[in-house]
Amino acid sequence: MEILVCVKNVPDTGEEEIELDGNDLDYDELTYVVNEWDNYAVEEAIQIADKVGGNVTVVTVGDEEADEVLRREMAMGAGNAIHLEDEAFENSDAKGVATILKAAVDKGKYDLILTGAQADAGYGAVGGMLAAMLDYPYASLVNKIEAGDGKLTVGREIEGGNTEMNEIELPCVLSIQTGINEPRYVGIKGIKQVSGVDIPKFAASDLGLDESSVGEEGAIVKRQDYFIPEAGEGAEMLEGSDDEIIEKLIEILKANGGL
Amino acid sequence: MAQFFAYVQHADGVIEDTAAELAAAAKAMGADSVTAIVTGAGVDAAASAAGEFFNEVYKIDNEALAYPNAEVVRKAVAAVVPEGSVVLMSHGTFSMDMAPGLSVKTNSAYIADVTGIDGVDGSTLKVVRTELGGNVSTHVHADIANGAVITLRPGAVEPVAGGVGGAVADKTADAGDLSAKRKFIEVVTPEAGGVDITKAEILVSVGRGIEDEENIELAMELKEAIGSKAEVSCSRPIVDAKWLEHSRQVGTSGLTVKPNVYLALGISGSFQHLGGIKGGILIAVNKNPNAPIFQAADYGIEADILDFIPALTEKINDL
Repeated sequence: MEILVCVKNVPDTGEEEIELDGNDLDYDELTYVVNEWDNYAVEEAIQIADKVGGNVTVVTVGDEEADEVLRREMAMGAGNAIHLEDEAFENSDAKGVATILKAAVDKGKYDLILTGAQADAGYGAVGGMLAAMLDYPYASLVNKIEAGDGKLTVGREIEGGNTEMNEIELPCVLSIQTGINEPRYVGIKGIKQVSGVDIPKFAASDLGLDESSVGEEGAIVKRQDYFIPEAGEGAEMLEGSDDEIIEKLIEILKANGGL
Repeated sequence: MAQFFAYVQHADGVIEDTAAELAAAAKAMGADSVTAIVTGAGVDAAASAAGEFFNEVYKIDNEALAYPNAEVVRKAVAAVVPEGSVVLMSHGTFSMDMAPGLSVKTNSAYIADVTGIDGVDGSTLKVVRTELGGNVSTHVHADIANGAVITLRPGAVEPVAGGVGGAVADKTADAGDLSAKRKFIEVVTPEAGGVDITKAEILVSVGRGIEDEENIELAMELKEAIGSKAEVSCSRPIVDAKWLEHSRQVGTSGLTVKPNVYLALGISGSFQHLGGIKGGILIAVNKNPNAPIFQAADYGIEADILDFIPALTEKINDL
């Protein structure tokens, strides 16, 4: 099975407070990592290829720094990587990104295309759009895959902790939910081993893309800014010394039958 | 002015509460009239229920739509909405499956998980949504001259009142070819686990802030200190990391809980997590003062849970 996994370089926001510089992110304070969902997608692709045979290719739309993400996923076990890089791709909306990826898919031959269920912007859109552009069937939020003959049995995570089982024909596009597997650890040694690998790069012209259909120019959905919303009423914050705060909390627990 | 539609989800003849929110959202975008779309097999009850909130209801009644397989529903919806329409849906696991592809097939803008609507200026729709796991908000402008598919976060807008009395129009014949390369098999419900967090009066619930599998023990010790009323629950990342079992997960993809007290420890407060907490006192402890959980909580404590939990456990043990 030829498997393509779409990955993205995203800001690592973790649990820390997000720093803004005016109405934009404070990029000096940010480190970039591979989108969490994408790691699960790559791991799943590797496991499928190990089981039924085949190759895993990772692809990204991103600037020079996204190269690091591709190498990380190659260190995980993806055999090939493709870097779609062009100034004309910058500030693409989800449809722009899907358009670029579709052009790259058309240059290859893939049975299965995986994306993360969502990334930093939280649209969760690229996989579904790519599938519709390719006229491939699609399933989102996939948390279980079983490979069959010319088709897959996939589980989708739906509300209430339930799983919706589907049979889907190949070729298809799936968006992968976290928790589907345990992504393998990537050590420095593994990254070093792929540091010299030549990763092919494609620009808009290589993909036969009209530059005005992607990037800032092609975007019909545009983010204007970043902001921290005015705090509403919100929680009553317990203040004081550590001991005082704990005393207050214990009183609240007692008052509500907690202790 | 574009035509406005709302895809209304339903089960057992009852429409989802979010239907009235979709009608309100369309109004906030300047719609004079909003048409509901109800699909399924045997949908008369749901279609007339939708008439309560919408000016008109399109009913698509076909055995192929008996289960809402997004690949089939998408075809039906794309077939009945005219070019340039605005289609609203409630953001959730169904919209994530169906809406991005619909926007491609209808050649329109796609905006997901909208949390606020600022209005329409010419053909520019102005909305608010969040990014980076809900930790930051953004204003988004979209050109909806060619229509749009918009998904609305549940609870984001005040629902409209009922009593509209829209009539049902049968569009079944217009839905066209409903074959699909994806077939629905069944819905599998999780097996009951050893613990039942839905019965606990106090939930000691941990999130990503616990940082390490070893630290789960801190939550267990706090639970022990509180006693038999308490149980340990968690947010999604803890289950993804396999540090706790799925039967302890609170949220839309886990369980819905109604404890007397919910102690959210190092949980940032995604809307999917908050969607699983119904009632009771919510107390949040988080080191990030801007964590969304503090907007939802009754009481908040800005602290690092790795220091706070052991200190609290010790104090309770000393009582």
